[in-house]
Order: sequence, then structure tokens, then C-alpha cells
Amino acid sequence: MEKFTTLTGIAVPLKRSNVDTDQIIPANFLKRVTKTGFDDALFYHWRQDPSFVLNQPQYEGAEILVAGPDFGTGSSREHAVWALRDYGFKVVISARFADIFRGNSGKQGLLAAQVEEAEVERIWEALEADPSAKLTVSLEDRKISVGELQVDFQIDDYTRWRLLEGLDDISLTLQNEQAITDFEATRPAWMPTTLPVR
Amino acid sequence: MSNTPRTLAEKLWDAHTVVKGENGDPDLIYIDLHLIHEVTSPQAFDGLRVAGRPLRRVDLMIATEDHNTPTLNITRQIEDPTSRLQIETLRKNVEEFGVRAHPLGDKEQGIVHVVGPQLGLTMPGMTVVCGDSHTSTHGAFGSLAFGIGTSEVEHVMATQTLPLKPFKTMAINVEGELRPGVTAKDIILAVIAKIGTGGGQGYVLEYRGSAIRALSMDGRMTICNMSIEAGARAGMVAPDETTFEYVKGRDHAPQGADWDAAVEYWKTLPTDEGAVFDAEVNIDANELEPFVTWGTNPGQGVLLSDSVPNPEEIDDPNQRAAAERALEYMDLTAGTPMKQIAVDAVFMGSCTNARLDDLRDFASIIKGKKKADGVRLMVVPGSARVRLEAEAEGIDKIVEEFGGEWRFAGCSMCLGMNPDQLAPGERCASTSNRNFEGRQGKGGRTHLVSPLVAAATAIRGTLSSPWDLQHDAQQGINHDAEKVEA
Repeated sequence: MEKFTTLTGIAVPLKRSNVDTDQIIPANFLKRVTKTGFDDALFYHWRQDPSFVLNQPQYEGAEILVAGPDFGTGSSREHAVWALRDYGFKVVISARFADIFRGNSGKQGLLAAQVEEAEVERIWEALEADPSAKLTVSLEDRKISVGELQVDFQIDDYTRWRLLEGLDDISLTLQNEQAITDFEATRPAWMPTTLPVR
Repeated sequence: MSNTPRTLAEKLWDAHTVVKGENGDPDLIYIDLHLIHEVTSPQAFDGLRVAGRPLRRVDLMIATEDHNTPTLNITRQIEDPTSRLQIETLRKNVEEFGVRAHPLGDKEQGIVHVVGPQLGLTMPGMTVVCGDSHTSTHGAFGSLAFGIGTSEVEHVMATQTLPLKPFKTMAINVEGELRPGVTAKDIILAVIAKIGTGGGQGYVLEYRGSAIRALSMDGRMTICNMSIEAGARAGMVAPDETTFEYVKGRDHAPQGADWDAAVEYWKTLPTDEGAVFDAEVNIDANELEPFVTWGTNPGQGVLLSDSVPNPEEIDDPNQRAAAERALEYMDLTAGTPMKQIAVDAVFMGSCTNARLDDLRDFASIIKGKKKADGVRLMVVPGSARVRLEAEAEGIDKIVEEFGGEWRFAGCSMCLGMNPDQLAPGERCASTSNRNFEGRQGKGGRTHLVSPLVAAATAIRGTLSSPWDLQHDAQQGINHDAEKVEA
């Protein structure tokens, strides 16, 4: 995973709430067995509409998505994060994220930056007032800035640390291998096993 | 351990903590059962292969094929090449890694959340995960069960643990007695409409109260299943005699002294007197009526006896915009009585409502009745075993005589990854869990309902409940099938 410190890039206002993962990537694309190449699937149905915000030329090459509240609800599909990442997004800003989506984001190096709902509106205004404005996200300072506007965002310390360091979860956990083995020795006998088949 | 009163969720968390996180770091939580299916596992297996890591506990994993599987002609090759590729990839992976699997055609194949409980692999006091948000279903047994993403699937495969931050706890108190015709599905739709699709974010919901205690395990699973639709990570019900009765004697249930030890432990799990929840919500079961959604998220629901709401009366601007968009997508006009809405299709299935109790409920309403003209009905049992059990009771015949299609088990039209899809513009009363845009097929319109409402709707052709059938009977309208001379 790449380290994330500060990013300055084009930001897209996605003025919709409850953007569920079925909208981010429809179920049909879940049939792939790879972990990359989902850029064409992102917001697939919405992108059929020429007036959809991602189809506007000024947002070409966007790296930051600024969405309404309750982003990433619904299905647990991590493909939603892969699709955002493959399209080129490195940050999603919203007032509220669904828990599973937030967890999936952190694991793939996609920064889910949580800000107050009123602040999202102010960011939208700033972006729309100046379509050429670049937005800066500093993970070190937990700050978003665009033009004159400065906004603090929230992210838990652990995810922030992992993103800053670019650390992979599994190797971190395997540092506790002995503790896991010790725990397994204490599991009660009635706990089921799938094998052998009964 | 201190004597501070704890909730059920807190007890399970403590009992599964391998390493306690310090300074705000997550705890490392042990996972007792890992269910996998073809959609969210291929990239996880690939990750293991790339890193050269083995499965830590193959004996705590089980695989089934469900999301892509056809529900007709199941012995034929799957037509859609990408569906076939996912299934074939799972088969290759389980063989390479030695994972127990129940493929299409196997007698234990079915929707992953139906298969675990029916094999007796889901029990109280466990942690259960799966790369599927509806893993919350298993919480009905008093286990901590939640959906995870594919990276977490790989993490559990490699370590049998997950680093997790403790969840907050919310009590959903449902006191009173449900009226006939009102079911578990109506409880959970009412809960979601009350707290919203984000209301449960960060929480584990514990469903409590006399109305929950009175439910069968199948009903409790329906409720816990849709906890994710309220944004919650998990939902749970404390284990009791109903739970023990369900588990006892199943293939993987403990036996002899192990059974006694298990039950003794399970009886210590319910939330202690005096334990404090981070939030509480109260629902009066006596007041509940059949519930139905009108919009494109599961929180957009009303009583079936009510009308399509007017977005102008919604204060929150985001909710108002969402409602306006939903009405446009659903092609509905504010003020239209829900019962006047005609449907093209009825889908009876999914991990929410395709267990035996659900099929019995459905069959009890349609038996001897005539299906409304022009309504297409698809009945998809949750698992191959449920299908066989239902057939032993003659439910397949009831469905077919009614004019419905009796299918093989799978996720089917809940999400339309297989050929079971709505056509653009088609409207469906569905016992599934999500009414998102395009969920059941591009342009399809979904109304979430209980099996009883699905059945009454299939008879009347418009969104209806068994209460409407009673009312019709009083008016001399009987909907009976024409008698065929022997």
C-alpha cells in the first residue's frame, strides 16, 4: 500500500445522499475475479447520463470525491472501493460513511474523510464558485482546504497511522501469532468445526 | 473479569479478544466461523497465493455457491461467462486449499446465511463473518456476526482474526404482541423507517422484548438480517429455549457433555440486569401493521394502509431530495394509497425471507387461491434443504397450482446476478432486503414486503395484506381457484 500524506487535486461535488454501493458499482460487475480494472464500472448507470457530474470535462482526472451524507451504504462489496480507486479517486469526503465501506477504504489506501454536513455544503459551494479550484487534503494535519476555505476532517488515529505509513493489515496482525495460538488453546470444546463433515 | 453488568455484545467481544488494543488501537478479535461464497472470495484467495500464506484454520471455513447460481436447469452449464468464471474460480480455490464446499446441485447448497444455521454451524456465543453484509442474520442465535470486505476475508483466512474497534450498543425494545398478519419483516421495516438507513451506524443492535422472544428462529433471522439496512454492523437476539431447541440435534450441534457445557455457557450470555446500552429505541408491537417500502432505500417505508409520502413535507433537505428522486425512479405520485399500486412481479426468496417458516407463511395464504392475471411469481427457497423440506410438505405443489414458479435455491432476484431479473420499469413486491435503484434488474422497481404481503399481493395484483383478503371475503370476493373436476 502506498503512503498517503498530502494530496492536491481536482475535486468532484457529488450532490447526492445515501449513495449506496449498488450505485457505486452495480452487482453485475461483481462477477469479475480480479482486484483491479474496475474504473469503467464506477457509477456505471449514472454515467450513462451525459449530464452526470463525472461526465463534465472540468472534472476529468479528479482524485477527490465530495459526496452527500451516508456514503457507501448497503452491500459490503469492496469492489466499490476498488472502482473508486481504479477511476483515480484517492479521497472521499462525506458527513457520514457506512461502517463497512469505511473499513474497506482504509485497507485499500482510499482516504474516507469525515466532515460536518454544513462543511460539505461549503466545499461544494467553493468548488462550484471556481471550477478550476484544486482541493488539498492533508492527512498529517487532518485538514481540507480549497481557496480560502479550511475545514478539519475526522479519521480515527489507527487508520490515519496506517495510511501515513502505508502498512498492510495482515503482516501487522501476524506479529501477534503467538497470542492467537494461545487463544486457540482456550476455545471451548463445543465450538463447531466444519471439518470433518458430519 | 469485573462484575460490571455487560450487554450480550460486550460479553461476546470480551470472550473473543485475543489482544486488547492500547491507545485507541483496535482489539484483535478471534473468528469462530468463516463463511465464503463465489463473489467476495476470489481476490482473497489470490492475495494469499501472491503472499504465499496458508489458510490458518480450514476447519472453521465453509463455502457455498449462491449469488450467481441459476434457479432453473441447474445441471446445465451456466450460460453467462462471468458467472461461470466466478463459480469455477471458487471450485478451483476450495480444491486447492481444501475448504469444505457445497456446490450447485449439492443437498446442502444454498444461500450462505441459510446454510450455516441449518447445519448447526451457527450457534450462540460465536463470532461469525462472511464477505456479505447480511451476515448479520446469524446474530439471531446470540452470536456476534457481521459482514466484511474482501481484504478482511483474506485477513481472516490468513490469521483467523480481525483487528476491530469495539462497536457501540443499541437496544431495540419491541414490547407487546404482533397482530395476526404482522410478522418479523414488518418489525424490522418499521425499525429502519424509524431510525433511518444510517441510524445504526457504528452500533450492534440487540433486539429485545416480548415480541422478539415470541418469534421463531426464522423470524429472528429475518430481523437480524436487515440490521445492515439500518446501517448497523450487526444485530442480535439473546439465546433462549427457542434457540437451544433449534440448534439441538443439528449436524454440527454439540452432543452429550459438550451440549450441556454449551447450554450452561449460553445461559450466561443474555445482557445483565443493569447493563447500559449506548442508545435505546422502543417499538410498540401492538401498534404494528403490515409495512411496505415506497422508495429506493429500505428506510423509505410506510404502513401498507398509508399513502406515498409527499417530499414537500420532509424537513431535511437531503432526505427531501432523496425522496423526490425516489418517487421519480419508482414512478409514483405523492398521496397515492400504497394499496392502489399494481405490481408486475412477486419475488418470494432471499436470505431475509426464504427459510421454511417463510415459505409456510406464504403458502398458507395462496393455498387454493388464484393468482392475479399478469403477475409473475417466482418462489426461490433459501437452500436446497429448505426446498426439499418444503416439497415434503407439498408447498411446491401449492405454488405451482397457484400459477407460480418453484425454483432451485440461491440469491436469485434479490440482486439479479443470475438470469432472475426484473425488466426495466417492472414493479415487484419482494421479500428481499434492498430496494435500491436497479437492484433487481436495471430499471426495476422494488417494494420490500413480508411473505404474507407478497402472497396477498400475488392474489390481488396490488400491494395487499392478508387483512385485505379478509375484507374481500366479507364483501363476497373469495379469489378461490376454479375447481378442476377429478
